[in-house]
Amino acid sequence: MSNATLDIILLLAKIALVFFVILTMAAYLVLAERRILAWIQDRKGPNRVGPQGLLQPLADVIKMLTKEDVRPAGADKWLFYLAPAMAAIPAILTFAVIPFGAPVILFGRELPLVISDLNVGLLFFMALSSIAVYGVAIGGWASNSKYALLGSIRGLAQLISYELSMGLSLVPAVMLSRSFRLSDIVNAQAHVPFIVYQPLAFIIFLISIAAECKRIPFDLPEAEGELVAGFHTEYSGMRFGLFFVGEYINVIVLGGLAASFFLGGWHGPWLPAPVWFIVKVLAFAVFFIWMRGTLPRLRYDQLMHFGWKVLTPLALINILVTGWWLMLR
Amino acid sequence: MWPPKGNHMGLPLQRKIMEQIIFYILAAATVIATVFSITERHAVHAIVYLVTSFFALAVIFYLLGAPLVAVFEVIIYAGAIMVLFMFVIMMLDLGHPEKVGTPGIRDWWPALVLAGVVFAAIVTIVAAATGSPAAGQAIGVREFALVLFQRYGVAIEIISMQLLFALVGALYLGRRQGKGEKP
Repeated sequence: MSNATLDIILLLAKIALVFFVILTMAAYLVLAERRILAWIQDRKGPNRVGPQGLLQPLADVIKMLTKEDVRPAGADKWLFYLAPAMAAIPAILTFAVIPFGAPVILFGRELPLVISDLNVGLLFFMALSSIAVYGVAIGGWASNSKYALLGSIRGLAQLISYELSMGLSLVPAVMLSRSFRLSDIVNAQAHVPFIVYQPLAFIIFLISIAAECKRIPFDLPEAEGELVAGFHTEYSGMRFGLFFVGEYINVIVLGGLAASFFLGGWHGPWLPAPVWFIVKVLAFAVFFIWMRGTLPRLRYDQLMHFGWKVLTPLALINILVTGWWLMLR
Repeated sequence: MWPPKGNHMGLPLQRKIMEQIIFYILAAATVIATVFSITERHAVHAIVYLVTSFFALAVIFYLLGAPLVAVFEVIIYAGAIMVLFMFVIMMLDLGHPEKVGTPGIRDWWPALVLAGVVFAAIVTIVAAATGSPAAGQAIGVREFALVLFQRYGVAIEIISMQLLFALVGALYLGRRQGKGEKP
Protein backbone atom coordinates (compact mmCIF):
# COMPACT_ATOMS: atom_id res chain seq x y z
CA MET A 1 0.00 0.00 0.00
CA SER A 2 1.54 3.27 -1.06
CA ASN A 3 1.83 6.30 1.13
CA ALA A 4 -0.81 8.27 -0.75
CA THR A 5 -3.36 5.46 -0.44
CA LEU A 6 -2.75 5.23 3.30
CA ASP A 7 -3.14 8.99 3.60
CA ILE A 8 -6.45 8.93 1.78
CA ILE A 9 -7.73 6.02 3.88
CA LEU A 10 -6.74 7.79 7.11
CA LEU A 11 -8.42 10.97 5.97
CA LEU A 12 -11.63 9.15 5.05
CA ALA A 13 -11.59 7.29 8.35
CA LYS A 14 -11.19 10.59 10.17
CA ILE A 15 -14.11 12.14 8.28
CA ALA A 16 -16.30 9.10 8.94
CA LEU A 17 -15.44 9.16 12.64
CA VAL A 18 -16.17 12.88 12.99
CA PHE A 19 -19.43 12.49 11.08
CA PHE A 20 -20.54 9.61 13.28
CA VAL A 21 -19.56 11.29 16.54
CA ILE A 22 -21.25 14.58 15.66
CA LEU A 23 -24.49 12.96 14.49
CA THR A 24 -24.61 10.79 17.60
CA MET A 25 -23.86 13.76 19.84
CA ALA A 26 -26.59 15.78 18.11
CA ALA A 27 -29.12 12.96 18.57
CA TYR A 28 -28.28 12.60 22.25
CA LEU A 29 -28.25 16.34 22.73
CA VAL A 30 -31.94 16.29 21.80
CA LEU A 31 -32.56 13.73 24.51
CA ALA A 32 -30.38 15.64 26.99
CA GLU A 33 -32.29 18.81 26.23
CA ARG A 34 -35.65 17.13 26.83
CA ARG A 35 -34.46 15.52 30.07
CA ILE A 36 -32.78 18.63 31.45
CA LEU A 37 -35.72 20.85 30.53
CA ALA A 38 -38.04 18.36 32.18
CA TRP A 39 -35.83 18.43 35.27
CA ILE A 40 -35.86 22.23 35.35
CA GLN A 41 -39.65 22.23 34.96
CA ASP A 42 -40.13 19.48 37.58
CA ARG A 43 -41.33 16.84 35.09
CA LYS A 44 -39.91 13.44 34.19
CA GLY A 45 -39.23 13.81 30.48
CA PRO A 46 -38.87 10.90 28.03
CA ASN A 47 -37.78 7.90 30.13
CA ARG A 48 -39.61 4.94 28.56
CA VAL A 49 -37.52 3.81 25.58
CA GLY A 50 -34.56 1.90 26.99
CA PRO A 51 -32.95 2.59 30.37
CA GLN A 52 -33.57 6.23 31.37
CA GLY A 53 -34.92 6.84 27.85
CA LEU A 54 -31.48 6.34 26.32
CA LEU A 55 -32.88 4.74 23.16
CA GLN A 56 -35.31 7.62 22.58
CA PRO A 57 -33.16 9.19 19.77
CA LEU A 58 -33.29 5.88 17.87
CA ALA A 59 -37.06 5.72 18.23
CA ASP A 60 -37.31 9.32 17.04
CA VAL A 61 -35.22 8.59 13.95
CA ILE A 62 -37.38 5.58 13.06
CA LYS A 63 -40.51 7.63 13.59
CA MET A 64 -39.29 10.46 11.37
CA LEU A 65 -38.05 8.19 8.60
CA THR A 66 -41.35 6.30 8.39
CA LYS A 67 -43.57 9.37 8.46
CA GLU A 68 -45.28 10.62 5.33
CA ASP A 69 -43.29 13.23 3.44
CA VAL A 70 -45.89 15.96 2.94
CA ARG A 71 -45.49 18.83 0.50
CA PRO A 72 -48.05 21.67 0.61
CA ALA A 73 -50.00 22.18 -2.60
CA GLY A 74 -48.68 25.65 -3.39
CA ALA A 75 -45.08 24.94 -2.43
CA ASP A 76 -42.12 25.46 -4.73
CA LYS A 77 -41.21 21.81 -5.30
CA TRP A 78 -37.45 21.82 -5.72
CA LEU A 79 -36.61 24.53 -3.24
CA PHE A 80 -38.94 22.97 -0.69
CA TYR A 81 -37.03 19.71 -0.99
CA LEU A 82 -33.60 21.36 -1.04
CA ALA A 83 -33.96 23.72 1.92
CA PRO A 84 -33.50 21.19 4.77
CA ALA A 85 -30.22 20.07 3.24
CA MET A 86 -29.17 23.70 2.88
CA ALA A 87 -29.73 24.10 6.61
CA ALA A 88 -27.93 20.95 7.75
CA ILE A 89 -24.92 20.79 5.40
CA PRO A 90 -23.18 24.10 6.30
CA ALA A 91 -23.54 23.24 9.99
CA ILE A 92 -21.73 19.96 9.67
CA LEU A 93 -19.19 21.25 7.12
CA THR A 94 -18.00 23.88 9.60
CA PHE A 95 -16.57 21.16 11.78
CA ALA A 96 -13.98 20.46 9.07
CA VAL A 97 -11.78 23.29 10.33
CA ILE A 98 -12.12 22.73 14.09
CA PRO A 99 -9.11 21.01 15.68
CA PHE A 100 -10.32 18.54 18.32
CA GLY A 101 -7.02 17.23 19.62
CA ALA A 102 -3.24 17.36 19.50
CA PRO A 103 -1.69 15.65 16.47
CA VAL A 104 -1.30 11.90 17.07
CA ILE A 105 1.30 9.51 15.67
CA LEU A 106 -0.35 6.71 13.70
CA PHE A 107 1.42 4.20 11.39
CA GLY A 108 4.64 6.19 11.75
CA ARG A 109 3.18 9.46 10.54
CA GLU A 110 1.80 12.52 12.22
CA LEU A 111 -1.97 12.74 11.94
CA PRO A 112 -3.44 16.13 12.84
CA LEU A 113 -6.78 15.78 14.63
CA VAL A 114 -8.56 18.22 12.35
CA ILE A 115 -10.04 17.39 8.99
CA SER A 116 -8.70 20.35 7.03
CA ASP A 117 -6.47 22.88 8.72
CA LEU A 118 -7.19 25.73 6.32
CA ASN A 119 -5.10 28.88 6.62
CA VAL A 120 -8.37 30.80 6.36
CA GLY A 121 -10.21 28.51 8.77
CA LEU A 122 -11.91 31.27 10.72
CA LEU A 123 -13.13 32.91 7.52
CA PHE A 124 -14.29 29.52 6.25
CA PHE A 125 -16.51 29.30 9.32
CA MET A 126 -17.83 32.82 8.70
CA ALA A 127 -18.55 31.90 5.06
CA LEU A 128 -20.47 28.78 5.99
CA SER A 129 -22.41 30.54 8.72
CA SER A 130 -23.44 33.18 6.20
CA ILE A 131 -24.54 30.43 3.80
CA ALA A 132 -26.59 28.70 6.50
CA VAL A 133 -29.07 31.58 6.20
CA TYR A 134 -30.37 30.15 2.92
CA GLY A 135 -31.81 27.04 4.53
CA VAL A 136 -33.99 29.18 6.78
CA ALA A 137 -34.88 31.71 4.10
CA ILE A 138 -35.69 29.30 1.30
CA GLY A 139 -37.39 26.76 3.56
CA GLY A 140 -39.85 29.37 4.78
CA TRP A 141 -40.38 30.96 1.40
CA ALA A 142 -40.83 27.75 -0.59
CA SER A 143 -43.48 26.45 1.85
CA ASN A 144 -45.91 29.09 0.55
CA SER A 145 -47.32 29.68 4.02
CA LYS A 146 -47.73 32.93 5.92
CA TYR A 147 -46.29 31.65 9.18
CA ALA A 148 -43.32 30.07 7.46
CA LEU A 149 -42.61 33.21 5.44
CA LEU A 150 -42.78 35.44 8.51
CA GLY A 151 -40.49 33.05 10.34
CA SER A 152 -37.97 33.02 7.56
CA ILE A 153 -37.96 36.81 7.20
CA ARG A 154 -37.33 37.11 10.93
CA GLY A 155 -34.66 34.44 10.65
CA LEU A 156 -32.92 36.24 7.79
CA ALA A 157 -32.83 39.56 9.60
CA GLN A 158 -31.67 37.98 12.85
CA LEU A 159 -28.96 35.84 11.32
CA ILE A 160 -27.39 38.59 9.23
CA SER A 161 -27.49 41.03 12.15
CA TYR A 162 -25.84 38.74 14.66
CA GLU A 163 -23.34 37.38 12.16
CA LEU A 164 -21.83 40.84 12.15
CA SER A 165 -21.26 41.01 15.90
CA MET A 166 -20.09 37.39 15.88
CA GLY A 167 -17.45 38.15 13.24
CA LEU A 168 -16.34 41.33 15.00
CA SER A 169 -16.01 39.58 18.34
CA LEU A 170 -13.58 37.12 16.76
CA VAL A 171 -11.22 39.82 15.50
CA PRO A 172 -9.41 40.18 18.89
CA ALA A 173 -8.73 36.41 18.91
CA VAL A 174 -7.12 36.77 15.48
CA MET A 175 -5.15 39.83 16.62
CA LEU A 176 -3.80 37.94 19.64
CA SER A 177 -2.88 34.77 17.76
CA ARG A 178 -1.85 36.55 14.54
CA SER A 179 -3.48 33.87 12.38
CA PHE A 180 -6.78 32.80 10.81
CA ARG A 181 -5.79 29.15 11.14
CA LEU A 182 -7.74 27.50 13.93
CA SER A 183 -4.88 25.26 15.06
CA ASP A 184 -2.69 28.38 15.44
CA ILE A 185 -5.42 30.10 17.44
CA VAL A 186 -5.73 27.05 19.71
CA ASN A 187 -1.97 26.73 20.11
CA ALA A 188 -1.66 30.41 21.01
CA GLN A 189 -3.81 29.59 24.05
CA ALA A 190 -1.62 26.74 25.29
CA HIS A 191 -0.89 28.58 28.55
CA VAL A 192 -3.56 31.26 28.94
CA PRO A 193 -6.93 30.96 27.17
CA PHE A 194 -8.10 34.11 25.40
CA ILE A 195 -11.11 34.43 27.69
CA VAL A 196 -8.72 35.91 30.26
CA TYR A 197 -7.65 38.71 27.92
CA GLN A 198 -10.95 39.06 26.11
CA PRO A 199 -13.89 38.50 28.47
CA LEU A 200 -16.00 41.07 26.60
CA ALA A 201 -15.36 39.46 23.21
CA PHE A 202 -16.25 36.09 24.71
CA ILE A 203 -19.57 37.37 26.04
CA ILE A 204 -20.41 39.03 22.71
CA PHE A 205 -19.52 35.83 20.88
CA LEU A 206 -21.60 33.73 23.25
CA ILE A 207 -24.68 35.93 22.81
CA SER A 208 -24.17 36.02 19.04
CA ILE A 209 -23.89 32.26 18.70
CA ALA A 210 -27.03 31.83 20.80
CA ALA A 211 -28.74 34.04 18.22
CA GLU A 212 -27.05 32.19 15.34
CA CYS A 213 -28.42 28.84 16.39
CA LYS A 214 -31.83 30.41 17.06
CA ARG A 215 -32.05 29.34 20.69
CA ILE A 216 -34.16 30.97 23.38
CA PRO A 217 -34.02 33.93 24.08
CA PHE A 218 -33.40 34.45 20.34
CA ASP A 219 -35.81 31.88 18.92
CA LEU A 220 -38.08 34.38 17.15
CA PRO A 221 -37.82 32.65 13.73
CA GLU A 222 -39.61 29.65 15.22
CA ALA A 223 -41.57 31.26 18.04
CA GLU A 224 -44.24 28.65 18.80
CA GLY A 225 -46.67 31.08 20.39
CA GLU A 226 -46.88 33.35 17.35
CA LEU A 227 -45.72 31.47 14.26
CA VAL A 228 -46.75 27.81 14.86
CA ALA A 229 -43.19 26.58 14.21
CA GLY A 230 -41.78 29.40 12.11
CA PHE A 231 -39.88 28.62 8.95
CA HIS A 232 -40.29 24.83 9.23
CA THR A 233 -44.03 24.83 9.92
CA GLU A 234 -44.90 22.94 6.73
CA TYR A 235 -42.21 20.28 6.95
CA SER A 236 -42.82 16.75 8.12
CA GLY A 237 -40.88 13.54 8.53
CA MET A 238 -37.15 13.50 7.95
CA ARG A 239 -37.14 16.89 6.22
CA PHE A 240 -38.22 18.44 9.49
CA GLY A 241 -35.70 16.09 11.10
CA LEU A 242 -32.89 17.60 9.03
CA PHE A 243 -33.80 21.13 10.15
CA PHE A 244 -34.02 19.88 13.71
CA VAL A 245 -30.77 17.91 13.71
CA GLY A 246 -29.07 20.74 11.81
CA GLU A 247 -29.88 23.04 14.71
CA TYR A 248 -28.33 20.68 17.25
CA ILE A 249 -25.29 20.10 15.06
CA ASN A 250 -25.02 23.87 14.97
CA VAL A 251 -25.06 23.99 18.78
CA ILE A 252 -22.21 21.46 18.91
CA VAL A 253 -20.19 23.15 16.19
CA LEU A 254 -20.61 26.64 17.62
CA GLY A 255 -19.74 25.30 21.06
CA GLY A 256 -16.61 23.78 19.56
CA LEU A 257 -15.72 27.09 17.95
CA ALA A 258 -16.30 29.02 21.17
CA ALA A 259 -14.06 26.54 22.95
CA SER A 260 -11.40 26.89 20.25
CA PHE A 261 -11.47 30.67 20.11
CA PHE A 262 -11.71 31.54 23.78
CA LEU A 263 -11.28 28.51 26.05
CA GLY A 264 -8.08 27.06 24.62
CA GLY A 265 -9.68 24.33 22.47
CA TRP A 266 -8.30 20.91 23.37
CA HIS A 267 -5.67 22.28 25.78
CA GLY A 268 -6.13 21.30 29.40
CA PRO A 269 -4.38 19.50 32.22
CA TRP A 270 -4.53 15.75 33.08
CA LEU A 271 -7.19 14.56 30.63
CA PRO A 272 -6.37 13.61 27.01
CA ALA A 273 -6.94 16.36 24.44
CA PRO A 274 -10.12 15.12 22.66
CA VAL A 275 -11.78 14.54 26.04
CA TRP A 276 -11.10 18.14 27.05
CA PHE A 277 -12.54 19.29 23.77
CA ILE A 278 -15.73 17.27 24.19
CA VAL A 279 -16.09 18.43 27.80
CA LYS A 280 -15.90 22.08 26.72
CA VAL A 281 -18.36 21.54 23.86
CA LEU A 282 -20.82 19.80 26.16
CA ALA A 283 -20.47 22.57 28.72
CA PHE A 284 -21.62 25.06 26.08
CA ALA A 285 -24.46 22.76 25.04
CA VAL A 286 -25.67 22.41 28.63
CA PHE A 287 -25.38 26.16 29.07
CA PHE A 288 -27.63 26.70 26.04
CA ILE A 289 -30.16 24.17 27.34
CA TRP A 290 -30.14 25.80 30.75
CA MET A 291 -30.66 29.19 29.16
CA ARG A 292 -33.64 27.80 27.26
CA GLY A 293 -35.16 26.55 30.47
CA THR A 294 -34.64 29.86 32.25
CA LEU A 295 -35.09 32.86 29.98
CA PRO A 296 -38.13 34.33 28.22
CA ARG A 297 -38.12 35.26 24.54
CA LEU A 298 -37.01 38.73 23.41
CA ARG A 299 -39.35 41.03 21.52
CA TYR A 300 -38.44 41.53 17.87
CA ASP A 301 -37.43 45.21 18.17
CA GLN A 302 -35.41 44.42 21.30
CA LEU A 303 -33.56 41.74 19.35
CA MET A 304 -32.65 44.10 16.51
CA HIS A 305 -31.71 47.01 18.77
CA PHE A 306 -29.59 44.78 20.96
CA GLY A 307 -27.69 43.39 17.99
CA TRP A 308 -27.10 46.62 16.12
CA LYS A 309 -26.95 49.23 18.86
CA VAL A 310 -25.28 47.32 21.70
CA LEU A 311 -23.31 44.29 20.55
CA THR A 312 -21.83 45.64 17.31
CA PRO A 313 -20.54 48.97 18.75
CA LEU A 314 -19.20 47.16 21.81
CA ALA A 315 -17.36 44.67 19.60
CA LEU A 316 -15.87 47.54 17.55
CA ILE A 317 -14.69 49.37 20.68
CA ASN A 318 -13.24 46.13 21.94
CA ILE A 319 -11.23 45.71 18.73
CA LEU A 320 -9.92 49.26 19.06
CA VAL A 321 -8.90 48.78 22.70
CA THR A 322 -7.24 45.47 21.88
CA GLY A 323 -5.29 47.19 19.12
CA TRP A 324 -4.05 49.90 21.50
CA TRP A 325 -3.19 47.34 24.12
CA LEU A 326 -1.19 45.26 21.64
CA MET A 327 0.66 48.37 20.45
CA LEU A 328 1.56 49.54 23.96
CA ARG A 329 2.46 46.13 25.32
CA MET B 1 -3.62 24.52 2.90
CA TRP B 2 -1.77 25.04 -0.34
CA PRO B 3 0.26 23.28 -1.60
CA PRO B 4 -0.82 20.14 0.28
CA LYS B 5 1.93 18.98 2.59
CA GLY B 6 3.45 15.55 2.67
CA ASN B 7 3.78 12.97 -0.03
CA HIS B 8 1.26 14.50 -2.42
CA MET B 9 4.27 16.44 -3.63
CA GLY B 10 5.62 13.21 -5.09
CA LEU B 11 2.74 13.06 -7.56
CA PRO B 12 2.86 16.32 -9.49
CA LEU B 13 1.36 14.92 -12.69
CA GLN B 14 -1.57 13.19 -11.01
CA ARG B 15 -2.24 16.29 -8.99
CA LYS B 16 -2.19 18.43 -12.08
CA ILE B 17 -4.65 16.16 -13.86
CA MET B 18 -6.93 16.13 -10.81
CA GLU B 19 -6.79 19.89 -10.63
CA GLN B 20 -7.68 20.21 -14.28
CA ILE B 21 -10.63 17.84 -13.98
CA ILE B 22 -11.93 19.71 -10.94
CA PHE B 23 -11.40 23.03 -12.69
CA TYR B 24 -13.43 22.03 -15.75
CA ILE B 25 -16.24 20.65 -13.62
CA LEU B 26 -16.34 23.88 -11.63
CA ALA B 27 -16.08 26.04 -14.74
CA ALA B 28 -18.99 24.20 -16.33
CA ALA B 29 -21.01 24.57 -13.14
CA THR B 30 -20.27 28.29 -12.99
CA VAL B 31 -21.24 28.93 -16.60
CA ILE B 32 -24.38 26.81 -16.51
CA ALA B 33 -25.56 28.29 -13.20
CA THR B 34 -24.92 31.83 -14.45
CA VAL B 35 -26.82 31.22 -17.68
CA PHE B 36 -29.74 29.78 -15.72
CA SER B 37 -29.69 32.72 -13.32
CA ILE B 38 -30.11 35.04 -16.31
CA THR B 39 -32.79 33.05 -18.12
CA GLU B 40 -34.76 32.07 -15.00
CA ARG B 41 -37.87 34.23 -14.72
CA HIS B 42 -38.39 33.56 -11.06
CA ALA B 43 -36.36 35.92 -8.88
CA VAL B 44 -35.77 33.51 -5.98
CA HIS B 45 -34.70 30.71 -8.31
CA ALA B 46 -32.35 33.10 -10.07
CA ILE B 47 -30.78 33.93 -6.71
CA VAL B 48 -30.24 30.26 -5.94
CA TYR B 49 -28.55 29.77 -9.32
CA LEU B 50 -26.39 32.82 -8.79
CA VAL B 51 -25.31 31.60 -5.35
CA THR B 52 -24.38 28.25 -6.91
CA SER B 53 -22.32 30.10 -9.48
CA PHE B 54 -20.53 32.12 -6.77
CA PHE B 55 -19.78 28.95 -4.89
CA ALA B 56 -18.20 27.23 -7.88
CA LEU B 57 -16.28 30.41 -8.63
CA ALA B 58 -14.98 30.52 -5.06
CA VAL B 59 -13.60 26.99 -5.37
CA ILE B 60 -11.93 27.99 -8.65
CA PHE B 61 -10.24 30.86 -6.80
CA TYR B 62 -9.08 28.37 -4.19
CA LEU B 63 -7.66 26.10 -6.89
CA LEU B 64 -5.78 29.06 -8.35
CA GLY B 65 -4.07 29.60 -5.00
CA ALA B 66 -6.15 32.45 -3.60
CA PRO B 67 -7.93 31.04 -0.52
CA LEU B 68 -8.64 34.49 0.88
CA VAL B 69 -10.39 35.64 -2.29
CA ALA B 70 -12.34 32.38 -2.35
CA VAL B 71 -13.62 32.86 1.19
CA PHE B 72 -14.46 36.53 0.62
CA GLU B 73 -16.37 35.58 -2.50
CA VAL B 74 -18.61 33.37 -0.38
CA ILE B 75 -18.86 35.68 2.66
CA ILE B 76 -19.55 38.89 0.76
CA TYR B 77 -21.29 37.90 -2.46
CA ALA B 78 -23.06 34.65 -1.64
CA GLY B 79 -23.53 35.31 2.05
CA ALA B 80 -24.27 39.02 2.31
CA ILE B 81 -25.31 40.62 -0.99
CA MET B 82 -27.45 37.75 -2.24
CA VAL B 83 -29.06 37.39 1.19
CA LEU B 84 -30.02 41.07 1.07
CA PHE B 85 -31.47 40.56 -2.43
CA MET B 86 -33.48 37.67 -1.10
CA PHE B 87 -34.62 39.71 1.89
CA VAL B 88 -35.88 42.48 -0.39
CA ILE B 89 -37.64 40.01 -2.71
CA MET B 90 -39.38 38.38 0.24
CA MET B 91 -40.32 41.64 1.93
CA LEU B 92 -41.64 43.27 -1.24
CA ASP B 93 -43.28 40.07 -2.53
CA LEU B 94 -41.56 40.24 -5.91
CA GLY B 95 -41.60 36.53 -6.60
CA HIS B 96 -44.27 36.55 -9.28
CA PRO B 97 -42.76 35.58 -12.63
CA GLU B 98 -46.08 35.82 -14.46
CA LYS B 99 -46.12 39.59 -13.96
CA VAL B 100 -42.72 40.11 -15.60
CA GLY B 101 -42.81 41.06 -19.29
CA THR B 102 -40.34 39.74 -21.84
CA PRO B 103 -37.48 42.21 -22.31
CA GLY B 104 -37.40 43.77 -25.79
CA ILE B 105 -34.48 44.95 -27.89
CA ARG B 106 -34.54 48.33 -26.12
CA ASP B 107 -33.72 46.62 -22.82
CA TRP B 108 -31.10 44.44 -24.42
CA TRP B 109 -28.79 46.77 -26.30
CA PRO B 110 -26.68 48.11 -23.35
CA ALA B 111 -26.03 44.55 -22.23
CA LEU B 112 -25.13 43.53 -25.78
CA VAL B 113 -22.68 46.44 -26.16
CA LEU B 114 -21.01 45.64 -22.84
CA ALA B 115 -20.83 41.94 -23.66
CA GLY B 116 -19.22 42.84 -26.99
CA VAL B 117 -16.59 44.98 -25.25
CA VAL B 118 -15.79 42.23 -22.74
CA PHE B 119 -15.62 39.61 -25.47
CA ALA B 120 -13.28 41.77 -27.56
CA ALA B 121 -11.06 42.29 -24.51
CA ILE B 122 -10.89 38.53 -23.85
CA VAL B 123 -10.03 37.82 -27.49
CA THR B 124 -7.27 40.45 -27.39
CA ILE B 125 -5.81 39.04 -24.17
CA VAL B 126 -5.90 35.46 -25.38
CA ALA B 127 -4.35 36.42 -28.71
CA ALA B 128 -1.60 38.43 -27.03
CA ALA B 129 -0.84 35.87 -24.31
CA THR B 130 2.41 33.95 -24.55
CA GLY B 131 2.51 30.64 -22.75
CA SER B 132 0.30 29.65 -19.84
CA PRO B 133 -0.29 32.10 -17.02
CA ALA B 134 1.63 31.44 -13.84
CA ALA B 135 -0.75 29.73 -11.44
CA GLY B 136 -0.50 27.63 -8.32
CA GLN B 137 1.61 30.02 -6.27
CA ALA B 138 -0.53 30.35 -3.18
CA ILE B 139 -0.95 33.76 -1.59
CA GLY B 140 -1.30 33.61 2.17
CA VAL B 141 -3.33 35.95 4.33
CA ARG B 142 -0.27 37.86 5.53
CA GLU B 143 1.16 38.57 2.06
CA PHE B 144 -2.28 39.54 0.81
CA ALA B 145 -2.84 41.96 3.70
CA LEU B 146 0.61 43.52 3.33
CA VAL B 147 0.13 44.22 -0.37
CA LEU B 148 -3.42 45.43 0.16
CA PHE B 149 -2.69 47.87 2.98
CA GLN B 150 0.83 48.99 2.08
CA ARG B 151 0.93 49.22 -1.67
CA TYR B 152 -2.75 50.00 -2.21
CA GLY B 153 -3.42 51.56 1.19
CA VAL B 154 -4.53 54.95 -0.12
CA ALA B 155 -6.85 53.38 -2.67
CA ILE B 156 -8.41 51.21 0.02
CA GLU B 157 -9.00 54.25 2.22
CA ILE B 158 -10.59 56.19 -0.65
CA ILE B 159 -12.86 53.27 -1.54
CA SER B 160 -13.97 52.84 2.07
CA MET B 161 -14.66 56.58 2.31
CA GLN B 162 -16.78 56.31 -0.83
CA LEU B 163 -18.74 53.44 0.65
CA LEU B 164 -19.29 55.54 3.75
CA PHE B 165 -20.56 58.44 1.59
CA ALA B 166 -22.97 56.06 -0.14
CA LEU B 167 -24.17 54.80 3.23
CA VAL B 168 -24.73 58.28 4.64
CA GLY B 169 -26.41 59.34 1.39
CA ALA B 170 -28.77 56.37 1.50
CA LEU B 171 -29.57 57.15 5.11
CA TYR B 172 -30.34 60.77 4.21
CA LEU B 173 -32.55 59.83 1.26
CA GLY B 174 -34.37 57.14 3.21
CA ARG B 175 -35.05 59.41 6.17
CA ARG B 176 -38.67 60.07 7.00
CA GLN B 177 -39.75 63.60 6.14
CA GLY B 178 -42.01 64.35 9.12
CA LYS B 179 -40.07 65.78 12.08
CA GLY B 180 -42.32 64.56 14.85
CA GLU B 181 -42.59 61.05 13.43
CA LYS B 182 -40.65 58.35 15.18
CA PRO B 183 -38.25 56.67 12.72
